[in-house]
Amino acid sequence: MIEAAHLTKNYGDKRAVDDLSFVVKPGIVTGFLGPNGSGKSTTMRLILGLDRPTSGTVTVNGKAYRDLSAPLHEVGALLEARAVHTGRTAYNHLLALAQTHGVPRRRVDELIELVGLQEVARKRVGGFSLGMGQRLGIAAALLADPGTLILDEPVNGLDPEGIHWIRTLLRGLAAEGRTVFVSSHLMSEMALTADHLIVIGRGRLIADMSVEAFVKSASKNLVRVRSPQAEQLRALIVSHDVTVEIDADGALEITGLDAAQIGELAAANNLVLHELSPVQASLEEAFMDLTRDDVEYHAHTGLAPVGAES
Amino acid sequence: MSAVPTDRLGGVQLRVTQARVVLSEWTKLRSLRSTRWSFLAAVILTIGLPALISTVISSHWSHMDPREQAQRNPMDAALAGVNVSQLAIGVLGVLVITGEYSTGMIRASLGAVPKRLPVLWGKALVFAAATLALMIPSVVVAFFVSQAIFRNHHILQISFSAPHVARAVIGGGLYLTVIGLFALALGALVRNTAGGIALFAGVLFVIPPLMNVLPSSWNNAISPYLPSSAGRDVFALTTGGSDMSPWGGFALFCGYTVAALALAAFALVRRDA
Repeated sequence: MIEAAHLTKNYGDKRAVDDLSFVVKPGIVTGFLGPNGSGKSTTMRLILGLDRPTSGTVTVNGKAYRDLSAPLHEVGALLEARAVHTGRTAYNHLLALAQTHGVPRRRVDELIELVGLQEVARKRVGGFSLGMGQRLGIAAALLADPGTLILDEPVNGLDPEGIHWIRTLLRGLAAEGRTVFVSSHLMSEMALTADHLIVIGRGRLIADMSVEAFVKSASKNLVRVRSPQAEQLRALIVSHDVTVEIDADGALEITGLDAAQIGELAAANNLVLHELSPVQASLEEAFMDLTRDDVEYHAHTGLAPVGAES
Repeated sequence: MSAVPTDRLGGVQLRVTQARVVLSEWTKLRSLRSTRWSFLAAVILTIGLPALISTVISSHWSHMDPREQAQRNPMDAALAGVNVSQLAIGVLGVLVITGEYSTGMIRASLGAVPKRLPVLWGKALVFAAATLALMIPSVVVAFFVSQAIFRNHHILQISFSAPHVARAVIGGGLYLTVIGLFALALGALVRNTAGGIALFAGVLFVIPPLMNVLPSSWNNAISPYLPSSAGRDVFALTTGGSDMSPWGGFALFCGYTVAALALAAFALVRRDA
């Protein structure tokens, strides 16, 4: 269980996290979603006591992280930036972390096997691929059997097999009753892994709801209609709560009425319909809609490609 | 089926203690190549340089005039290596902490030990213990090797049990240990390898000669109390008029190191990692 209350962090005069309050519950995977630079990593650093909040509090199992007597047993963390000395072997890295808590050596061997690093455990971490580094990070996070897992972008750089492995692992950990808090900037990834979502943009809370509710609330309830009598249909239904737009190939895009209401209106007025289909916004569209105003770094699509004028 | 087998943890009380952090820091120290290379360099320099210098003096002995022969101090040759190996020990002291910052390991270290200070104390303890355990024997070996090379020159023979000799020899090892701790504290303050080494070299090698630019009354008032000269008193056989006593100087040097460690501790707890 992670609880943040009015969490705020300034770096100089830049506000990275702004009055953030949320609760991450055990037994489910909670996705932590936001565009790049929205404050996800900072929030995770604040949870882990690496940075001190400017104001507000965050606790794990009711205690500030610094006050935990066995922090690795309560919280296992995988940070986005690597937290491994490149000159040390994977085995010695895990051993040094295990020793701080009195975790026995055989547990280190066990974790190396669990994440599939047996072949390279005695090699220095500097030569590891991104995926091997992520596996080592997962092993470190699970070392002391924590009740809470915090993972920052764990699937970054993994191949499809690795991504599948992480998803299965996280769902398994949550099913055992652990608290699992995973950040991502990819909505589609979260839809497959998470049950609940906390969405932030520019350090502020935008949404805190189930994945299902998130998609529902963010989608526009657009209905696409094709009719040989499109003009008549449009004149019939357009009003101040109903907007009708005509798309490139002549279909009507209606918002403000659902498909059943449109169908009934058409039938009552003897209008022929060739298509009547509710359109659900994709997860990625829903996410972009929600965070459009909160993206820190916009890409401008109108920029001419380099050398285009020559 | 459990995603993570936990049965192997049964019976162990998982808790962070200072003793466990010391063990962890020992694992960290011994598992890096930079440690092995730096210590190897320090041992070789501490023993090899006196052997080389003693050999040169010994072979040129017949070409020296009596006055030059009388000025030769066998202890200068025996402890010549300390002056050079302090650089290897100092660089390693800086790296012990800045290596964690440059690689990001510090986040894992402080995540495991969020009270933070046990990490600094653990590093200081294992690094000091390892340096002491290697460098005391090295300076003693250096002394006897040098004396063995001087065996044909009676005037250069000095007994380990003669006044101040044992103190000066052991003092060389103590000096190297404290210089390592001083460097570690500077590294913890600066958190950057290049910056830490520059600061270490600046304090020890750049500031002392700069003092000569000052009026001599100022120079004489300040120089004996600089960390480098205060620390050196403990491995000098005799001390000059303006110098502090061997143990007095060493105590001041330890004081500088304790102050630097205290500043580093304060900064470590206060700053964002």
